[in-house]
Formats: sequence, structure tokens, C-alpha cells
Amino acid sequence: MNDTKTEHHGPGYGLFVAIWGVLMVLTGVTVWISSVDLGFLNVMVALSVATTKALLVVMFFMHLKYENRTLKLMVLLAFVILAIFIGFTFFDTAYR
Amino acid sequence: MGMWLFLFTEVLLFGGLFVLYAVTLGRFPVEFHEASQLLSVPMGTTNTVVLITSSLFAVLAVTALQRGDRKKSELFIGLTIVLAACFLIIKYFEWTAKFHHGIYPGSPDIADWEPGKQAFFALYYAMTGLHGIHIVIGMAVLGWVWWLIRQEDCTPEYFVALENAGLYWHLVDLIWIFLFPLFYLIA
Repeated sequence: MNDTKTEHHGPGYGLFVAIWGVLMVLTGVTVWISSVDLGFLNVMVALSVATTKALLVVMFFMHLKYENRTLKLMVLLAFVILAIFIGFTFFDTAYR
Repeated sequence: MGMWLFLFTEVLLFGGLFVLYAVTLGRFPVEFHEASQLLSVPMGTTNTVVLITSSLFAVLAVTALQRGDRKKSELFIGLTIVLAACFLIIKYFEWTAKFHHGIYPGSPDIADWEPGKQAFFALYYAMTGLHGIHIVIGMAVLGWVWWLIRQEDCTPEYFVALENAGLYWHLVDLIWIFLFPLFYLIA
């Protein structure tokens, strides 16, 4: 976030290209899986792959892996709140 | 830190729409299945590849500047913006094709479709449209940072502007990572 962190950002071009490669493979996997009929499981698989890709982007491309613990906790908290938000909406709509 | 707080608000903005999507999907699973088959998977996949690659160039631009390689950093930002433009062009062709088939918000053709399919396309246009606006803003911000680097206002010693522009761009990529399977692949 600020210029004093320069020394924390160690990784070079190679690591990011490798992450990109993994993201490409995961994109291929999710497109391929969608052509196989698994019923509701398709939705779960698609979302799991997307979450894995998102994690890679946040950790490496967004440098979260190299940030301090406070920021990591904040990001975690934000996603927990989002999960509560989504979860409780489902409690509401499922039982009305 | 401030940039991340802003990104959280963005996550919440799209989060609300994702909740709406999930609830509507729960109510009309069959209609969503049929409607999503009208979208072009090859185009969606191409756009996913384009956007993830642009994200790669954005992060490489940060690395290049950290290493003091200004020219390379400018080149990488340029490539990011070019790929962003590719994304929008593909999106344009996709939407135009849909319009030709009479699929657009408020179209008389879809007025007598099942409500579920109408809801699918309403969400499709709202969410990809909002995402598209984010792409345009991202391109403008990246262009501005590119200019800052040229002016040497964004340097290897002080590169917050580039880093934050990168963070914003990755968030836009992140949202597409979820939009793509939800609209194109849930079939």
C-alpha cells in the first residue's frame, strides 16, 4: 500500500507467469466440466474453481501474500461478512 | 489500506447483485439453464483469457517499476489497456448479436417469455454492464498512471498510484472470474 513496503515484494516475473498458467488451466477445467452433466454439482464445481482462481489472484496478483497480518485479517473479515450476508439471505428465502 | 477499504465496498456492491442472482437461480433453475444456453461460451471464455492475461500484465508492470525498469513498466501498462479494449470489443459484438435476436432489456420479443428467462437476462445486462463500466474506469485509471510514470511522478521509489490502479484492475478481473461461470457455464 505504501512505498515503505518495497522490500516485501520479492517475487519476479516468473512466479506471476506461472500463476497465470495455473489460472488458464483452471479456466479450461471449468469450461470442460460444464459440458459434463452433474446436476446441481455443476454449480458447486464452477463456484469452487472460481473461488480457487480468485484466491490465486488475491494472494499473488494483489500481493496479499506479502502484506502484513492486519490487512490479511481485514480481507478475511470482509469475505466473512459477505458470506454471512449471502448465507442469511438464503435462510430467509428458503423458509418463507 | 484505504484502497483495500474502497475495494471492500466494491465487493459489497457486486455482492448484493450476486445474492440477487443466487436467489433468482434458486427460484427458476430450469429457466436459467435454458437462458444461459443462449450465451456464447467461446466468446465468454475468450474474454476470460483476455482479462486474466491483462491482469498478468498489470502485475508485471508493478514488478518492472519496482526493479526500476520504467520503459518495460509503461509497455506492460499499455498491453493491459489494449487487452481491456479487446474485452470491451468482444463484449460489444456479444451484446450486438443479442440485440439482433431481440434480447435486450425492455424488448417486446422477450416480454412474453417465462419470467425466469427474463430475470436471467435482466441480471445478465445489469451485472455485465456494471462490470463493463468498471472496465472503462479501470482503463482510464491505468492510462492516467501510465502518464504519471512518463512524467516521473510515479517512480520506482514511490509507486502507490500504479499499485492501487493494479489492485483496482485485479478486482475487476476477480468479479469477471465469478460472472463468467455463473452466466455462461451454469447450463
